[in-house]
Amino acid sequence: MKLDRVLQYSQAYNFFQWVFGRHAPEPGVVFLSQRRVYILPTRHGLSFGVAVILMLIGSINYNLSLGYVLTFLLAGLGIVSILHTFRNLAHLYVSAGRVAPVFAGDTAQFELVFENKSDFDRHSLDLACRGARVSCDAPARAHRSVALPVKAEKRGWLQLERVTVDTRFPLGLMRAWSYVQPDTRALVYPRPDSAPLPPVHSDSDTGDAISAGAGTDDFAGLRPYQASDSPRHIAWKASARSELLLTKLFAGRTASELWFDWDQLPAGMHTEARLSRLARWVMLAEERGLPYGLKLPGVEVPLGEGFPHRERCLKELALYRG
Amino acid sequence: MAEPRYADTLPPLPFAALIAGATLTVATHTLWLPFWVDATAAALLFWRAFVSIRGGALPARWLLILLTFAGALGVFFSYRTIMGRDPGVTLLVLLLFLKLLETRAQRDVFVVAFLVYFVALANFFYSQSIPIAGLMLLTVFVTTTALVGFSAPQRPIVDDLKTAGRMLAQAGPVMLLLFFLFPRVQGPLWGMPQDAYSGVTGLSETMSPGSISSLSLSDAIAFRVKFQTEPPPRARLYWRGPVLSDFDGLTWRVGLPQLRRSMSVESAGSPVDYEVTLEPHNHNWMFALEMPARIPPTARLTSEYLVISLTPIRSRIRYEMSSFPQFQAASGGGPEDLANALRLPRGVNPRALALASEWRESQADPGAIVRRAIEFFRGGRFEYTLQPPALGRNSVDEFLFNTRQGFCEHFASSFVFMMRAAGVPARVVTGYQGGDTNPVDGYMVVRQADAHAWAEVWLAGNGWTRVDPTAVAVPIRVELGITATAPGGASLPLLMRTNLNWLKSLRNNWEALTNQWNQWVLGYNPDRQREMLSWLGMQQPSWQTMTVMLFWSVAGVLLLTALWLLRGIRRDDPVQRAWSRFCDKLAREGLGRARAEGPLDYARRVALALPARENAVRAIAALYVDQRYGPRPDARSIARLKHLVREFGL
Repeated sequence: MKLDRVLQYSQAYNFFQWVFGRHAPEPGVVFLSQRRVYILPTRHGLSFGVAVILMLIGSINYNLSLGYVLTFLLAGLGIVSILHTFRNLAHLYVSAGRVAPVFAGDTAQFELVFENKSDFDRHSLDLACRGARVSCDAPARAHRSVALPVKAEKRGWLQLERVTVDTRFPLGLMRAWSYVQPDTRALVYPRPDSAPLPPVHSDSDTGDAISAGAGTDDFAGLRPYQASDSPRHIAWKASARSELLLTKLFAGRTASELWFDWDQLPAGMHTEARLSRLARWVMLAEERGLPYGLKLPGVEVPLGEGFPHRERCLKELALYRG
Repeated sequence: MAEPRYADTLPPLPFAALIAGATLTVATHTLWLPFWVDATAAALLFWRAFVSIRGGALPARWLLILLTFAGALGVFFSYRTIMGRDPGVTLLVLLLFLKLLETRAQRDVFVVAFLVYFVALANFFYSQSIPIAGLMLLTVFVTTTALVGFSAPQRPIVDDLKTAGRMLAQAGPVMLLLFFLFPRVQGPLWGMPQDAYSGVTGLSETMSPGSISSLSLSDAIAFRVKFQTEPPPRARLYWRGPVLSDFDGLTWRVGLPQLRRSMSVESAGSPVDYEVTLEPHNHNWMFALEMPARIPPTARLTSEYLVISLTPIRSRIRYEMSSFPQFQAASGGGPEDLANALRLPRGVNPRALALASEWRESQADPGAIVRRAIEFFRGGRFEYTLQPPALGRNSVDEFLFNTRQGFCEHFASSFVFMMRAAGVPARVVTGYQGGDTNPVDGYMVVRQADAHAWAEVWLAGNGWTRVDPTAVAVPIRVELGITATAPGGASLPLLMRTNLNWLKSLRNNWEALTNQWNQWVLGYNPDRQREMLSWLGMQQPSWQTMTVMLFWSVAGVLLLTALWLLRGIRRDDPVQRAWSRFCDKLAREGLGRARAEGPLDYARRVALALPARENAVRAIAALYVDQRYGPRPDARSIARLKHLVREFGL
């Protein structure tokens, strides 16, 4: 433990931790200290070095005093560009912003926020994560956010992996880079398949007739409005009289209520296929404004409708562990 | 065939800067490049500009390869070779513009930039003057701007210019250190191409009518002299160059040089000490005031009192000398030498031969014959002109008896011919006569226009004695210099005309500046480096010592540059910084702040764990909360917070 604390000041140690070790996601704001900014010449930088050496040999051979001047000026330029490239990346603050849930197969847009607290602008910061690349600038004393598109393959939580932030500014001869892994994750819903909504069927045990369009029967009372309530059930007149927005409650099963039940899917269906089917139904029911509920083994989402309800159902599907 | 790719992916302004850099770097080369190369380069440039502006496809790869081969073939036919300096530079220029036509992506941009730098370096083969240096600095600036622009395409070009300028300014100190401290090696490292030193003007190993008068039209500087003692009067400023003793009737040539160790000069007067900065002229001889008494250790003296270097002088050199302006040069008068100095071509110039034998018969003493000849030249009403009529086979006869118009080579050639015909050993000496002192820096400047030819006769008892028939016939040439002599002055170089005083003072200032440039920038060689290091207190440093010194001084300069660059990088809130420091101190004792723990909760927990420090902990937390979340932070509280954190120990 003691050794680890000393070693964290070593750039090489940090580098190997990042490349070969399994780095834990970093919560909060990540500070790109100079210990975690690495710098090496690019391919062009190496060619530049070779060019400068050739020019030096030419200057020696032909005794060109101004050749020496030009060669050494270019060498100086190359050396100074190390400092410039380094300072273009060091001491930035990186934090994770929002990320919207996506369906599997789509691309999650991870928002990363760069904060530049220093007096000078940072240019051409390139972010790379699993083949995705984006570029952004970070002006002096300002925040800049950038969306990093990451392909979401599987349902569930998609943890942002290690992101390489690099820059070649100003000459392209040097590349400074750093690894960050902000603690942020995206929720990936199961990809809906293309099945139609199941026919609304009656439950033979209770004998309730379910007919579309009805649903005003058996008025049971009022309760305060909740975000998931359908606007069509708001008791406008009663609400006008009271301070609160009120929702009408109905007893018994009202019309066109849908239960999407895991167990009622065909027995041979695979887990992921079931989840895709259920996600599809949730999407369709929400689109048509029908109240629906979800039954999974061990989980039940009661009837409801509206965006938060849909999100909740999809979340259960995304995180389902069979 | 590959599908056509379009050029508009490159940011336009940086690309324009790159093209500007390419144009600047070849600007001076166009003056000497073959015409077809200039035309091809211009055509390629316009083609590329057209594609950039109007859009469209760049040429296919096979076409470019074809063009490259055609260019190489053209170079071969122009120069009859592909090796060597000039063909090499020509190829580089063609490649640069062909590459521009292939530039689609950032990768190509770097290749173009490197080619621009190479061609910029090649400029210095031809000139290393101050204007060229300025032009190349501008080239590097523009090209660097282009590179900056390509690495941040969204920025306005003005910002790129600023960045490039700043970077060049920061590279300056590193460049100076490397320039002065990098262990210098005297080149060349390997054999140079044959044409590496073509195109320098100056005296040559032969002299025929018209060869020196053509030099007198050149304003170019032959060498500069700094006198340590009082300079001799103008009439004694004879700068000795190649000595010509073989004559074929039209052309004088140098004899075989023989090195002698036992050359001696005697003098009643005191020597003159001076330092010569000689421009390269691609020959071995080094100019010295007549007669050289002490020569540089690396130089040798021939039997003709000519100071020569062991290798041709191909870069500007500096050497110290001393000479006796009044002298007796008694060496080099062996029987073989004297026999050489009497040889004449047969069957030419019958009238001159007749006159000479007449002199020999009437006078027995060689000194008297010389005096007779001098009288002949003085009374002959000769005219000194830059445009003498052309002479035929009997050149001496025609000049002495018919045209009587000539330049110094006519006078010297005829005089020596007459002397030899009269039995007096004689030879032609070429060199420079005169020199103007620049009032700005006190250096005497000797130009190609001061080139001169005179005669030397062997008089027993006095040794080799200088006779200047031009000075005898036209005394004003030696007393006042070439400017006063030439009729009308119109054919002289513009800047040598005396009546333009303001122009002259401008020239003096410019040449003094150029001289400093030559001495300190262009003339900085291994010797100068040793001089400078010993002045810094390092006697005979080895290259290892110099490398170490270079390393540390560059590291020091870079550290300063880094501090300067990073000065604005940390703009942390001082309150936040103090608080972080406080938390770090506690974390080291295992009392780290939990991720979601607020400052006051944290302080409460710490206070419970460390009852002895409760007051300090609570005060720090309170100050932090107050300053961070309060309406307005004040400097006194921040100072107090910092103080408390600093004092906080466990």
